[in-house]
Amino acid sequence: MAEVTLVEAVTLALARAMDEDPNVVVLGEDVGVNGGVFRATAGLQQRFGADRVIDTPLAELLISGLCVGMATQGLKPVCEIQFMGFMYPCIDQLVNHASRMRTRTQGRLSCPMVLRTPYGAGIRAPEHHSESTEAMLAHIPGLRVVTPSSPERAYGLLLAAIRDPDPVVFLEPTRIYRAAKGNVEDDGEALPLDVAFILREGRDVTLISWGAMVKETSAAAEELAADGIDAEVIDLATLKPYDEDTVLSSVGKTGRCVIVHEAARTGGFGAEIAALIAERGLLSLLAPVVRVTGYDTIVPLPRLEQEYMPSVGRIVAAARNACQSG
Amino acid sequence: MTEQSATADQELPVIARFEVRRRSYLAPDGKVLRQLPAFAADADVLHSLYRGMVLTRTFDLKAVSLQRTGRLGTYAVSLGQEGVSVGVASAMREEDVIVPSYRDNGALLWRGMKMEEILLFWGGDERGNRSSGPAHDLPYCIPVGSQAPHAAGVAYAFFLRKQPRVAVCLFGDGATSKGDLWEAMNFAGVWKLPVIFVANNNQWAISVPLKLQTASETLAQKAIAAGFAGEQVDGNDVIAVHAAMADAIADARAGKGPRLIEALTYRLSDHTTADDAGRYRPAEEVQARWKEEPIARLRSYLVSQKVWGKSDEEELVADCQQRVEAAVERYLAVGPRAPETMFDYLYAELPKVYASQREQLKRSRQGRSDG
Repeated sequence: MAEVTLVEAVTLALARAMDEDPNVVVLGEDVGVNGGVFRATAGLQQRFGADRVIDTPLAELLISGLCVGMATQGLKPVCEIQFMGFMYPCIDQLVNHASRMRTRTQGRLSCPMVLRTPYGAGIRAPEHHSESTEAMLAHIPGLRVVTPSSPERAYGLLLAAIRDPDPVVFLEPTRIYRAAKGNVEDDGEALPLDVAFILREGRDVTLISWGAMVKETSAAAEELAADGIDAEVIDLATLKPYDEDTVLSSVGKTGRCVIVHEAARTGGFGAEIAALIAERGLLSLLAPVVRVTGYDTIVPLPRLEQEYMPSVGRIVAAARNACQSG
Repeated sequence: MTEQSATADQELPVIARFEVRRRSYLAPDGKVLRQLPAFAADADVLHSLYRGMVLTRTFDLKAVSLQRTGRLGTYAVSLGQEGVSVGVASAMREEDVIVPSYRDNGALLWRGMKMEEILLFWGGDERGNRSSGPAHDLPYCIPVGSQAPHAAGVAYAFFLRKQPRVAVCLFGDGATSKGDLWEAMNFAGVWKLPVIFVANNNQWAISVPLKLQTASETLAQKAIAAGFAGEQVDGNDVIAVHAAMADAIADARAGKGPRLIEALTYRLSDHTTADDAGRYRPAEEVQARWKEEPIARLRSYLVSQKVWGKSDEEELVADCQQRVEAAVERYLAVGPRAPETMFDYLYAELPKVYASQREQLKRSRQGRSDG
């Protein structure tokens, strides 16, 4: 077992998947010789050849559309879109083809593809490199949307995504690509999709997050513990379809819920969770559900991006507030 | 200043020249324009192309009447374009993969999709797309041009597995304005993939004529920038379409890379049953184009060769009508689907969290039928 970063865990999972299944191909811009702009595909082309680790032309629509065609013929394409900000040309392919190939052919064809893309703010990147628009993707029926928050989950969830028989969008939190380190055993063990992870058990308040914000959310839980507030931390991990049971049972226990995401507030995935709790968990609530999110603004350029993202302080304050009710 | 630049331009060396050829064998009246390809000496081959076109037209006309009488949803008619559909599909092998647009009924029929399946899809039921055609064929593509990258992906799978198979992508002139097609052709050129792009140039994208779609002299030349050849073919001459496709497919199968075939034809019908082409194009134009349509053209040739006669024609028409009527009966006899089956092929296995939605739908239906 070795200590690796989150992006290194991605590489390990890709190599493992390519090694165990000759149908797995990796494609995208700069993924071959260069090993990816974040090095997520480093060494793969040398090991598996330029036919299976494909340097594509600079054309995101093409990349996602190629995946659909490949997947209908039994390949398992894993494409990399260099940044989430450049994936919007792929939405047509995801909505109109990948997500519905199985339905519209009534099982005759399917689309086992994975679209990986780094996302989120906090790395002082240029414009268009910092958004978190996961809620748009989680709204598409027929897709899975997965985001890891640690190297262990990056490895296990990416393996699961590649082995999954349906299309998966795999969102990799750029901010913790290298900041998150963990011991990953490269044993080919996948983690379950559609399941939320309880990272810390607690009685007083449920903190729900995913991706990079799990870091701040976990830090907030520690700070709250020092105050005697026992927070439960849930990493949602799979946003589509998400683990409603774990959310409801946790909130049923604590009676309080703070949802943390760096995406803009309105129509963010937090709204979906709040609606679920309102529908099916309202009577167990001791305090209103609170969202701590990015603002409904364009994600600012690096000079202000730290102000935009939820901080440990904002999460702690929201949780304290919630704990003062009831 | 302008003159100076022009002079300077002439002194610059020409570094590349390109040409586009047009293939046609039969004139609109069925007269032979140039030596026919070898397969045309076989009357059986020509008869089967002819039958394929007549069946397609018979089916199409019936589908329109079903729509007009409320027994079919919106339907995309291929009237006048049967030569493209049949010429393309007849040059393919079963193991090849067709990547069709929504107007390629003739090609799908040729590939083995049943008429009742086509009707079922346009009648609003996904089960039609299960298709009795080759299981690896792609289904109808509705968003224009978005299937082009699929064809490149399919061809890449053949390339990677070293299989001698070819992907054939059909689309209309409107699709050539989209980046999707360009991106797919560009990639196919880089990797010399076994894929044939077929532009069914029927002159109209709903109400927009070709001249507002592109200033390009031909659509075929759009292949040149992607690094492979484009050929223009008379799409109303099924012999020419079949010959061009057979050449292109043989080359692709032999590893010589992609080709773009622009098939010139004309949409004699409305865009779909929901359209009224009388709003945007003169009847005289359509009238004139009727003189060029593919079925009468091949029939004239067959008759001139004395390999087709009145009784053959009567027999064929009766046979096509009988087959279409029988298919319509089977289509109309397809029972309803239980509403909750809309969940059945959402994922390979329905996630637990959606099982309750499926149950809810099932219960609400039972509630209605009980009450």
